[in-house]
Amino acid sequence: MTTTQTITHTGRIGDSAQRPDGTLKVTGQFAYSSDLWMDGMLWGATLRSPHPSARIRSVDIGPALAVPGVHAVLTKDDVPGLNAYGLDHADQPVLAADVVRYQGEPVALVAADHPETARLAAERIVVDYEPLPPVTDAMLAVGHISWDTPGQTGVPRVHPEGNLVRHVKIRKGDPDPQADVVITGEYEVGMQDQAFLGPESGLAVPAEDGGVDLYVATQWLHVDQRQICIALGLGPEKVRLTLAGVGGAFGGREDLSMHVHACLLALHTGKPVKIVYNRTESFLGHVHRHPARMRYQHGVLRDGTIVYVRASIYLDGGAYTSSTPAVVANAGTMGIGPYDVPNVRVDCYGAFTNNPPCGAMRGFGTVQAAFAYEAQLDRIAAELGLDPVDIRCRNAMREGSRMTTGQLVDSAAPVDELLRRVQALPLPPPVDPTQLDLREQPGGVSNTTHGEGVRRGVGYAVAFKNVGFSEGFDDYSTARVRLEVVGGEPVVTVHTAAAEVGQGLTTVIQQIVRTELGVENVVLAPADTQIGNGGSTSASRQTYVTGGAVKAACELVRGEVFDIAQTCYGRAVRDLHLVDGKVISPAEGGIGSLADLLIGTPVERTIEWRHRPTYPLDPETGRADAHVQYAFAAHRAVVDVDTELGLVKVVALDCVQDVGKAINPQAVRGQIYGGALQGLGLALMEEIVTTDGIVRNASFTDYLIPTVLDAPPMQVEILEYADPHAPYGLRGVGEPPTISAGPAILAALRNATGLPLTRIPVRPEHLIGSVGR
Amino acid sequence: MEFLTPESWDEALTAKALSPDALPLAGGTDVMVELNLTARRPPLLLDLTRIPELTTWSLTDDGRIRLGAGVTYRQVIEELNDELPGLAMAARTVGSPQIRNRGTVGGNLGAASPAGDCHPPLLAVGAEVEVASVVGSRLIPIDEFFTGVKRNALSPEELIAAVIVPTARGPQQFSKIGTRNAMVIAVCSFAIALDAHHQTVGTGIGSAAPTPIRAHGAERMLTHALKSLWQRRGPLPEDLVQQFALNVATAAKPIDDVRGTAAYRQHALTVMARRTLTWAWDEYWSTGEAAA
Repeated sequence: MTTTQTITHTGRIGDSAQRPDGTLKVTGQFAYSSDLWMDGMLWGATLRSPHPSARIRSVDIGPALAVPGVHAVLTKDDVPGLNAYGLDHADQPVLAADVVRYQGEPVALVAADHPETARLAAERIVVDYEPLPPVTDAMLAVGHISWDTPGQTGVPRVHPEGNLVRHVKIRKGDPDPQADVVITGEYEVGMQDQAFLGPESGLAVPAEDGGVDLYVATQWLHVDQRQICIALGLGPEKVRLTLAGVGGAFGGREDLSMHVHACLLALHTGKPVKIVYNRTESFLGHVHRHPARMRYQHGVLRDGTIVYVRASIYLDGGAYTSSTPAVVANAGTMGIGPYDVPNVRVDCYGAFTNNPPCGAMRGFGTVQAAFAYEAQLDRIAAELGLDPVDIRCRNAMREGSRMTTGQLVDSAAPVDELLRRVQALPLPPPVDPTQLDLREQPGGVSNTTHGEGVRRGVGYAVAFKNVGFSEGFDDYSTARVRLEVVGGEPVVTVHTAAAEVGQGLTTVIQQIVRTELGVENVVLAPADTQIGNGGSTSASRQTYVTGGAVKAACELVRGEVFDIAQTCYGRAVRDLHLVDGKVISPAEGGIGSLADLLIGTPVERTIEWRHRPTYPLDPETGRADAHVQYAFAAHRAVVDVDTELGLVKVVALDCVQDVGKAINPQAVRGQIYGGALQGLGLALMEEIVTTDGIVRNASFTDYLIPTVLDAPPMQVEILEYADPHAPYGLRGVGEPPTISAGPAILAALRNATGLPLTRIPVRPEHLIGSVGR
Repeated sequence: MEFLTPESWDEALTAKALSPDALPLAGGTDVMVELNLTARRPPLLLDLTRIPELTTWSLTDDGRIRLGAGVTYRQVIEELNDELPGLAMAARTVGSPQIRNRGTVGGNLGAASPAGDCHPPLLAVGAEVEVASVVGSRLIPIDEFFTGVKRNALSPEELIAAVIVPTARGPQQFSKIGTRNAMVIAVCSFAIALDAHHQTVGTGIGSAAPTPIRAHGAERMLTHALKSLWQRRGPLPEDLVQQFALNVATAAKPIDDVRGTAAYRQHALTVMARRTLTWAWDEYWSTGEAAA
């Protein structure tokens, strides 16, 4: 190394400040939840159902208890509280009772002095199952013999109350509108997995007070705590959670996994118990993105104006409720895309089946719909001979538009500008046939083409997503900010329960504090349940909501400091500022340094901060001011397709996104790069494949996520149209690029091949439809 | 699980004789994955990484390369690209740099997966696998080595000592289908080796039958058809290339599985056979070897 780069941990709003955990992660020293360790701890293992649907006749734990080294074997009879949990609706057993409803459902637990012993003992538990025919089709499950058509399907009930989790109806405008041209299409999206790299893991430590301390990788400590308390039959003062190092989340850690299991084993044995899933267990042990079947009908005028949209969306929620109701609401309310359409009818159904449970994943219901509505826009453009960007701009939502729910879009919605800007970005040059670089070809170094059969395509997509929790949810965050002088230097300590899952919230909090309090040294207390609820790290909401809470707490602290300063100064001074550890006034200069003002008297404020309220959907029309804020992104994809082999190289994946205010531009770019790549993964390769409810690819051998050689160069342009309702005018960033990237790639693939490509992810065999057979 | 750590080849063979159910471990890129996923629980692991002679290659008296069973993919890529171009191309498609640093050709043969990337190029050049036990050693022709899905011709007391690979006597190609552009297991794969000296053609097909196989019919057809063409400088007739491609696909017996359909594999083999033959032949005649 001939040069060294100075790493600064400072930085304010708008700076690309360094992550506090960055060096540790890059050098391999960061402690993830799977690294947790305590002397004398036991290892937990989970016995899971091999059947997607079965009755449990009996469970014999005797053979497992007989294994030397085993300390406990627990079943549903050992759950002291309510044997049920769930985010929206507690319908998922901690340990299966009389039935199992999906492959991988936990049935029994073992704690042993070695992980191998625990696993071997779990295998010795004898469960007598009576397998039942699994329910695997979401449309049939809700009793529809075809789109929106109830009938006798003869499908059994997965739960006693029936298989319909939720039906969201959107009714806007004229129910019987007339159009010049009608375009109808059917689309299907497979089951994507969050595929975070750090498997589910945690350590439960029994406490002397009869309670338990759980260290766990999660997205929302307090919602975990609430569910754990109910299952354990303990109060919140007895169940204390601390965030352990999180190795990615993407929605997959919103639901409980090993949380209650580890606590049960710890309380039962009186010893610390660690559980770490392996990769296969991880694939079976968390919720996935809902697979979708969708039918869209667009009625348009000859000039390209969309007169109406009718959509039917079936989302397969799998065996338990999880967050299906909210996912259904998102797909329903945002199901026609960021377009201003006068007449809308959307029916969105969430179904129980015996497929793997599905819940939260980045994009949360909007990802599936975007593949359909954007495909429809391209078909309309082709039918009318219009440019794909022109047709989108013609119908684009803008500030002042009304959502399908009737909600006024009351801040910037620059859909047409995003599209025009992404269209204006330079296109990649054509492949130079004299300079063969296999890495630039479809198939890569697998050496499948030297240019033969390769055709280039370009496609566009635009998408939007609600930020924060919707439909009247009391969505808030709690922040405690303490300013004190330590060793003569001002230091700020921030305590929240908001989960850093890799997205960079901790960096953003430090930047906010430095900006608001003019203090460089910002310490983050561990996220835990000793402080109030921080809300979920999901819905692109933490910078908005926890950032908002930290900002508001800082403002209270600052006010107190100014009071102290004026008291010491002897009189009131207007227009005070906190800069570099000093209270100053433009008119009078320095009023005092924090080091002098705060000796022995820390200033501390705790605040609960809420975004503006939202309201529930009308059950018949979907009318409501249901959402807090919308975030928009547009993508242009350029692909090279080997039309004989169906292999794809994404050549470019360019994005323009409005983020309101880029609190940390580098982190914003990181979100856009990663989000786009996750969208690319769904478009081209990522799918949990099930047959009759059985997962066939629960490993990274066969569940493929993009590698660096699949990741194209990405030009990114960031717009900052402030939302006046949001702190600093910011918009949530993490989800929109995941939504628009995949549909843009599909559009480019259709452009290259001329094939309809209605099934996502696209497989090589789909891409050779017209050639080579 | 016991872990045996022989320090020499003789010790390893003795250990294998005493514990025939011991699972040999080289780079661990297959075995450790199976252990971690609890897909496999062998009673014993036989660690072969402490035996230096396994990790080297040498030239045999008859001009072939003897690759010790512990030679890594990375060594093949960096040291044997000219001698064994087909195997080197296949090695480049294996996993990630970390996997190529650890994984070995011998381990690939030991696992005997129908999807093993080394197998098609070894089939195409008629390699021999040198296996040994305390009783002695023997050579197994590569096309008798693969006996079933993840099964090979080793007896329980035997270990793979080396694989003996003829050096290239003409252009070689390897091509592999995966649904991402790196670090991917083969949906199907194909290798071709032109032997300009003997005027023959060798092939290997991966992931399209219960074992890696040669396309014997395609080899015979093409070898016969090329008889009059080796000395001519110029491209192959289109219909000959197409006939070869169809014969390759006919040899395959693919199935539908989570990685792809049988119909797609059959189709992809025709495309790979057509392209790789064209690349190899064009390299042959355009680099002047035809005149030699």
